[in-house]
Amino acid sequence: MDDLLADFLTETSESLAELDVALVKLEQTPDDHATLSQIFRLVHTIKGTCGFLGLPRLERVAHAGENVLGKLRDRQLSATPGIITAILAGLDRIKAIVGGLAETGEEPAGDDTALIGALDEAAAGHAHAPPAAAPEPPAAPEPAPVEESAKPAPAASAAAPAAPPAAPAEAAEPAVAGQTIRVGVDVLEHLMTLVSELVLTRNQLLQLARSQENAALAVPLQRLSHITSDLQEGVMKTRMQPISNAWNKLPRLVRDLSHELAKKIELVMIGADTELDRQVLELIKDPLTHMVRNSGDHGLETPAERQAAGKPETGRITLNAFHEGGHIIIEIADDGRGLPLDRIRAKILKQGLASEAELAAMSENEVQRFIFHAGFSTASVVTAVSGRGVGMDVVKTNIERIGGTIELKSVAGQGTTFTIKIPLTLAIVSALIVQSGGERFAIPQISVVELVHAKAGAADGQSAIERINETPVLRLRDRLLPLVALNDLLRLSGETASVSAEAPRYIVVVQVGANTLGIIVDRVFDTEEIVVKPVAPILRHLTLFSGNTILGDGSVIMILDPNGIARAAGIGAVGESRQIAGASVEAASSGEKTAMLLFRAGGSEPKAVPLGLVARLEDIPRDRIELASGGLVTQYRGKLMPLVAMDGGASDSERQSVLVFSDRGRAMGLMVDEIVDVVDAELSIQLSATRPGVLGTAVVAGRATDVIDIGFWLTQAFEDWFRGAEDGASVAAARVLVVEDSAFFRQLLVPTLTAAGYRATAVGSAAAALKLRDAGQRFEAIVSDIEMPDMDGFAFVRTLRAGGIWSALPMIALSGRAGAEDVEAGRDAGFTDYVVKFERDALLTSLRQCLAQPVAA
Amino acid sequence: MTQAVLERPTHAAGGAARPAETAGEEEAVFVTLTLADQLCGVPVLSVRDILGQQSITRIPLAPPEIAGSLNLRGRIVTAIDLRQRLRLPPAPPDTVPMSVVAEQRGELYALLVDQVSEVLSLPASSFERNPPTLPPVWAAHSAGIYRLKERLMVVLDVARLLAITADRP
Repeated sequence: MDDLLADFLTETSESLAELDVALVKLEQTPDDHATLSQIFRLVHTIKGTCGFLGLPRLERVAHAGENVLGKLRDRQLSATPGIITAILAGLDRIKAIVGGLAETGEEPAGDDTALIGALDEAAAGHAHAPPAAAPEPPAAPEPAPVEESAKPAPAASAAAPAAPPAAPAEAAEPAVAGQTIRVGVDVLEHLMTLVSELVLTRNQLLQLARSQENAALAVPLQRLSHITSDLQEGVMKTRMQPISNAWNKLPRLVRDLSHELAKKIELVMIGADTELDRQVLELIKDPLTHMVRNSGDHGLETPAERQAAGKPETGRITLNAFHEGGHIIIEIADDGRGLPLDRIRAKILKQGLASEAELAAMSENEVQRFIFHAGFSTASVVTAVSGRGVGMDVVKTNIERIGGTIELKSVAGQGTTFTIKIPLTLAIVSALIVQSGGERFAIPQISVVELVHAKAGAADGQSAIERINETPVLRLRDRLLPLVALNDLLRLSGETASVSAEAPRYIVVVQVGANTLGIIVDRVFDTEEIVVKPVAPILRHLTLFSGNTILGDGSVIMILDPNGIARAAGIGAVGESRQIAGASVEAASSGEKTAMLLFRAGGSEPKAVPLGLVARLEDIPRDRIELASGGLVTQYRGKLMPLVAMDGGASDSERQSVLVFSDRGRAMGLMVDEIVDVVDAELSIQLSATRPGVLGTAVVAGRATDVIDIGFWLTQAFEDWFRGAEDGASVAAARVLVVEDSAFFRQLLVPTLTAAGYRATAVGSAAAALKLRDAGQRFEAIVSDIEMPDMDGFAFVRTLRAGGIWSALPMIALSGRAGAEDVEAGRDAGFTDYVVKFERDALLTSLRQCLAQPVAA
Repeated sequence: MTQAVLERPTHAAGGAARPAETAGEEEAVFVTLTLADQLCGVPVLSVRDILGQQSITRIPLAPPEIAGSLNLRGRIVTAIDLRQRLRLPPAPPDTVPMSVVAEQRGELYALLVDQVSEVLSLPASSFERNPPTLPPVWAAHSAGIYRLKERLMVVLDVARLLAITADRP
């Protein structure tokens, strides 16, 4: 039996049960127009669906019944018992047929002419004659219980004989009705509320139990806890609906759209059975519809344009939904023309949203994100479909309202993809509990990026809150982070407000759209799973809060809305992200400084490693560190990662700080005592090392600091690390000569190349390099700077290519400039490849490629 | 933590919430309370709970008459400071506020008062409309006056008490 039919049967069974009751009611109060309309509607629906499903027999009976009901409704007939009886007989027949359908999947054979005749007669007004039942015999004896106040159940079973197989019909009905139960949404909501309360009460109990150490209580409490979790999950499941419920209107919409716009559009829907909370589902329905409409209207080209562009005539809109972590990702992609950057730029200028200079500094994606601005539409003509400029900003607002984010990616000529990330459910979220001005608040964990502890009066300029005309900012790594003090924002005159400058503060760095923002709070507590409850209507105007909740200890706290905070702090959609982009460009080109990670391992003196070489910083619980084949390992991202202790770096504390280095799919962890800081420093190694594992000593942040030799530690983890998983031996021993006048870059390049498995030698000038050549030193590749005093890179490479033992070596140029002409000039001069300073991956890739085909171009 | 000091009386079926419309010797039942020495009454049918002192979470930026929110058996209840609402001076520091919990459109509100006293059945014959000279703040939130033997009782209109708008300073 197909799904459609099954749905129909379930629905019809419900309708029939309703009809029985309604008809009996009608008989008692013949003038009840509401009941009559309800009956008419139910029968009409059955008839309509029958026609659609191709069930002629059922349709005929329903049609005859509907005729009578229509006349009753229009007051052309009055509801006499005779007429009601006739209708009930019709209903019983419908039940019998439906029973047969449920049994066999096909309409049972049978003759309904007599019944239909009776109904028609009733419709014609002859129904006062009770014989409505009399012409019936051929089909079935008129069910007796109908006379007065027929109970639905007996009526059904009495009518069963009408269908040829009597017993199965009877049995079939409960089967159909039993598959699903319709439950009012409010019942589910209520259940959800109760479960939420239960979760809170459970948390409260657990908190109490922890402080009491009562063993007798612990076991049943554990059970209660498990059952509560299961119950919570179960109830959540009842609220889950497949996303197709939000999508089912889209095929029709796209069809209409394609007619309206004379475009050929194909709609592909992937992951329609992905489930999400119905509350979320309701809220994304409209944004989705809008975006699909936009894709069709703006995104896709006309068939002629598509053909001209060498694409298939039919444009495609793809909807893709899937789960990722606690989120659901929905992608809306079209293969159309992509966002018109020029038009967006023009519009930005016209609306004065940014100056020309600012615009020039923006990345394409930043420009594209302007379509989320209110009143922004680049459609030159306002169509019925879209282009009224009330589009994407509303979409974005709606999505952000439910704690989601929206990203976009557009490639000219290839199409645009919007990616929406929304929480699975709005009901329970993980939140960070903070305190400010003596009050506690919750910040949804999804928007928290990191926590920074601003130290009191930090003299070295690190992690100190600085002020620009009373506006607090924080230097965080390479950029300035705008700060808002929660105390000020919420006008909390807390005890600590006045001593703000000296008191240690915590800064919660949150991500709001493309912006990051630091919220200054007094204290940071734990994270807690909280049940979000809407605030009372009289507090709805407070946009800084997205709701409130009850914590495990029973107290009520407000949930902060990072979007609202950003708005209140006057952070627009673009401002800050541009600032970051600007700052990072500056950092990259200023060149003389590099970000160093400072840590301690064995002894109090700091050690350092270029941050660029560290893949991640991890904090691993001690019990996750295991002993295997004589070494320490931990399970990391589904793989075993060897751990190497750095000079007593394996401490006895509960958690172990680990620097993770990874390369080509392998990772190793270096255990250290403590990760201290990240600083920008000029890396100039002043004392060369005598100990293995240390490159030398440099002055970092005013202190003598050992710069560690990553290459040494990597081989401690994997002896064959430098043999490389994929590149084999060719790379292993490759000797690379680095020619670079800047001591800084030399110091940076050598460890990098070493870490990547090369034996690197660095010299400070082309002349020094030529001396090595003349001394007969052999290298497999040369990496050279372009801008050097005396002999620049171009002259150097020409000299080498002109003859000598290095004339055929691959040579890679390093330069701060990598415009097309620069690359061209480099190639003309004889460089094999041209890499921008200092793109580690690009350089390594280039080296690998050059060495794989050792014959220079 | 949360505890009801007085359970809602169940015998109040005959009590009418709007005494002005009850005729003859019908009686209306009120929960009486004190606000700055003024006796007030709230129709018993609109009262869900009576609470003793609660820990109330302040809500920053909220209108001044909103004292905060509290947890009543797992439901979040918005607490309204009736002294603030009726422009009365703040309670002396040693008063332990009690609250009367009322429901409006599915939301619970706790009305903070100085003291909740007793449940009174009052005959409709002792009901009077607001005297025209009543101060506007009181007139706006009073549904009328009951003449008791020794004192007068102001009938508070819960719906109007809860009609707090954001734009009031």
